[in-house]
Formats: sequence, C-alpha cells, structure tokens
Amino acid sequence: MNTSEQSIRFLGYERPDGSVGTRNYVAIIPTVCCANEVAKKIADQVEGTVALPHECGCEATPQLEIPTRTLIGIGRNPNVAAVLLVSLGCETMDYEYVAKEIVKSKKPVDLIVIQEVGGTIKTVEKGVRIAQRMVQGASRIEREAYELNNLIVATECGGSDLTSGIGANPAVGVASDIIVKMGGTVFVSETTELMGAEHLLAKRAVNEKVAKRIYEIINWWEQRAKDEGVRFHLLSAGNIEGGLTTIEEKSLGAVRKAGTSPVQGVLEYAERPSEKGLFIMNTTGDDINSVTGMLGGGAQIVLFTTGRGSPVGAPIAPVIKITGNPATYEKMKDNMDVNAGTILEGKETIEEVGVRIFKELLEVASGKKTKSEVLGHKEFIIFRIRGHAY
Amino acid sequence: MKTIECKKMLKKVIVIDPLDNVATAITKLEAGSVITVRIGQSEKKVEVIQPIPFGHKVALRRIEKDGNVIKYGEAIGKAMQVIEEGEHVHIHNVESLRARGDIT
Repeated sequence: MNTSEQSIRFLGYERPDGSVGTRNYVAIIPTVCCANEVAKKIADQVEGTVALPHECGCEATPQLEIPTRTLIGIGRNPNVAAVLLVSLGCETMDYEYVAKEIVKSKKPVDLIVIQEVGGTIKTVEKGVRIAQRMVQGASRIEREAYELNNLIVATECGGSDLTSGIGANPAVGVASDIIVKMGGTVFVSETTELMGAEHLLAKRAVNEKVAKRIYEIINWWEQRAKDEGVRFHLLSAGNIEGGLTTIEEKSLGAVRKAGTSPVQGVLEYAERPSEKGLFIMNTTGDDINSVTGMLGGGAQIVLFTTGRGSPVGAPIAPVIKITGNPATYEKMKDNMDVNAGTILEGKETIEEVGVRIFKELLEVASGKKTKSEVLGHKEFIIFRIRGHAY
Repeated sequence: MKTIECKKMLKKVIVIDPLDNVATAITKLEAGSVITVRIGQSEKKVEVIQPIPFGHKVALRRIEKDGNVIKYGEAIGKAMQVIEEGEHVHIHNVESLRARGDIT
C-alpha cells in the first residue's frame, strides 16, 4: 500500500477547536457516581446521547486527579459533540472546574446539579430538555473528509493468547506504522504489560528523557511488588491456558502493537499528547480501564486484539475487535470485526492483515459501526489506585 | 526492534527469531512426532517428547537449569530445571524474573 498517498482520508465531524471526531455523541457525564442513575435516565430518553456512569467523584484530593482529568478528557474528546454534566452537588469532584475545562474546546457544555434542581424527577426533566437541544444541534454537523493527522488511534490487547503476540499484535503494528507515517497518532498502554519489553521501546525513544521515563513507569509498578514482598502474577488463567508462560513473553507480544515508529513520549493516564506520533500511556493492564484512559487522552478509535475473545466496547468510540486465533474467530464471530487468524493458517502475511486492519479502521472512522457498537457494548471504568507513578 | 519475518507461516510450529530456543505450536503436537523448524538459514528436526497443546511452547534444544528461555530473540524467563529438547516449556519449568517481590 502506498502510504505516501495524500488522498487517503476519513470522513469525520469537525469540532470548534479544529479536532475531528469519528462519532457525534452528546455525552451525559455524571461527575460523581451518585449521579449515575439520573444521567442514565436522561440518556435513556434522548436518542443520540450516551451516559457514562462510573465509580468515581468523591475521592480525597490526591486521588481525584485522575478521575478529574479523565472526565475532562472524555468531555473534550472529538467524538463528543456536546456535553451535559450531571452533578450531585456535594461531591469532592470540582464539577465547575470540569465544566470550565471542557468549555475550552468551545463545544456546547451544560451543567445540572441534582441538589440545586431538586431531585431525580426535576433533574431528569431538565436534563432531557437540554440534551434534546444538544442532539438537534449536533445533528446539523455533517461528515467531511479529513486527513489522518487528525486521528488518534488507541491500541489495546485483552484476553491474550499465543496468537496475539505472533499474529494479531504484529498486524496491528503494521497498521500503527501506516497511521504514524501518515501523520497520525497511536497510543500503546498497559504499563505492566510492557514489562520485559521496555528496553525495546526505550531504544526507540526520541530522546534520553523519554527513554528514562519509560524505565521509570515500569520500575514504579515493579517496585510495588518488591515493596509488598509479593510476587505479582500478571498473567490470567486464560493467558496461561492459551500458552503464555511469563509476563515477559506476554509483553514482548503486546509491544508489537506499537509497530516500529519512534516513541515520542510517555503520557499519564488520560493525558492529551501535544504532538503527533507514537505515545506510551501509563495505565494498568486492565483492558477497560486502559481504553478509558486513552479515550480521555483524545483517542477517537480503538484497535483491540483478543486471542481468547473479548466482547467489550466503549461508550464514545468505536472498538475494532481483531483476533489472531482462527478458532476464536469462528466461535465468537458475533464479536470479532477482523479475522487475523489467517496469519496462523498461512493464508495471509502479517503485512496483508495489517493493511486490511488499516482499511477497516478507515471505514469505521468514517462511520461504519463495529460489532461491539451494534451490540451496545459501552464498558467504561476509570483508573483508581492509591498513589500513582509520580 | 526486530520485525517478524513476513513469510506466510508454517503449519505446525512457529519460530519467531533465530536466537529462540523454543517454538510455538500452532497445532496440537503428539509425543513422538517430529517437527522441522527453520532457524535462520538452517533446518533442524526436533522430536517432540511430550504432547504439546495448541499455542504452547516446545524446546528446540536442551536448556540448562537457570538458563534463559528465549522467544522473540529475548529472554522470557528462566528454566527452573533442565529442559530437554522436545520438552513442553511452560509454567511448570519456567519462571518469570519480573515483579518478583518474593525473591531478593
């Protein structure tokens, strides 16, 4: 495939800040878990909206940093046309700050506070009216052709087996390289699943500072095991049954999603990159958690490899499921978008499947719904932990 | 980083890097069967001495106790005991060296 071809574009929705979405959602975001049900009831009544219930919003101050940055990032994500924040009123989360930060992207933002409006019924009523106006406004935005330098692609692997590292992940790596060559951005995350492969990434860092940071984030996780005097078992029973023996082996397979581009930098959870290219985001190895962080960092589309077969999706972005295991593809066809099992069967090369993944990415970015979207998968978990890598 | 060879894959096992001392079975291997692997320019025949489930690893040569188990051209762990050529290589005879707060 001629990747210098400048005419390769995707059809997206332009936002007032110049970013481009692959989807056009009105997001109903609770700023604390106590507002989850009200947010869901509003979304249930208004077509074109999506509620993002979560478990955060009333942590003590140091632990609020990540949930706050995540909600802001989700609100600012280009796939979101407008945002209705639903607050309780007494949470520790500074919801006015969240609103102000999202307003910086110049998209419509509104805030309703349950304790001020006066309970569930009144807040739902008010919220439905606001959301209705927002959806009508968003519906006037049309898809137009944009270059790939507007895209941030999240890569993820979940339910890995031997086929992930030798088939699906290298094929995603081929697609990642094409995206980066065309000026786009790619995220690779799950710090614990880079353990054992960090030296390969550090060698590709654009400078010493980035290389040092790659080692730091891995060491932070590893040090936790040492501090606690325990052995971290970083493989699941399914990983082991699937043939993966150690975290090093899993990581060396996982890192192949990142292709061969230089590593521009290391981002914190839900941090937005200030440049284009390949970035590592410091997240846990929990899939949904990790995807949420990358969406908070501005990713508009997700490439998700799964050897064992995972059904999960995301509320504000399409998730393309890719399996390198032919048996999983047959068994879970209803959830799998791309069969990369052809690599193992000797029917296609890694390059051929990589190009096929890239073409699917373009179609999905332009509006084709993924299987997880059609089935309504909207898994969403925000990273919560005591202390963090800084 | 080394790139995986782009040739279409072989039928029974995959060897990712010429440095590797294990191969990954992409079909179930019976004890007593013989696999032919390509390592760099040369070919090697290995007799499988234990059944190997789909997706699991088989040793391509003897690995000494405490020796590195190598896949992707990188160490993926340490042999807990001598692993003979053709033996099943998995959690019963290999251990990870990372995130080990239990050993100092």
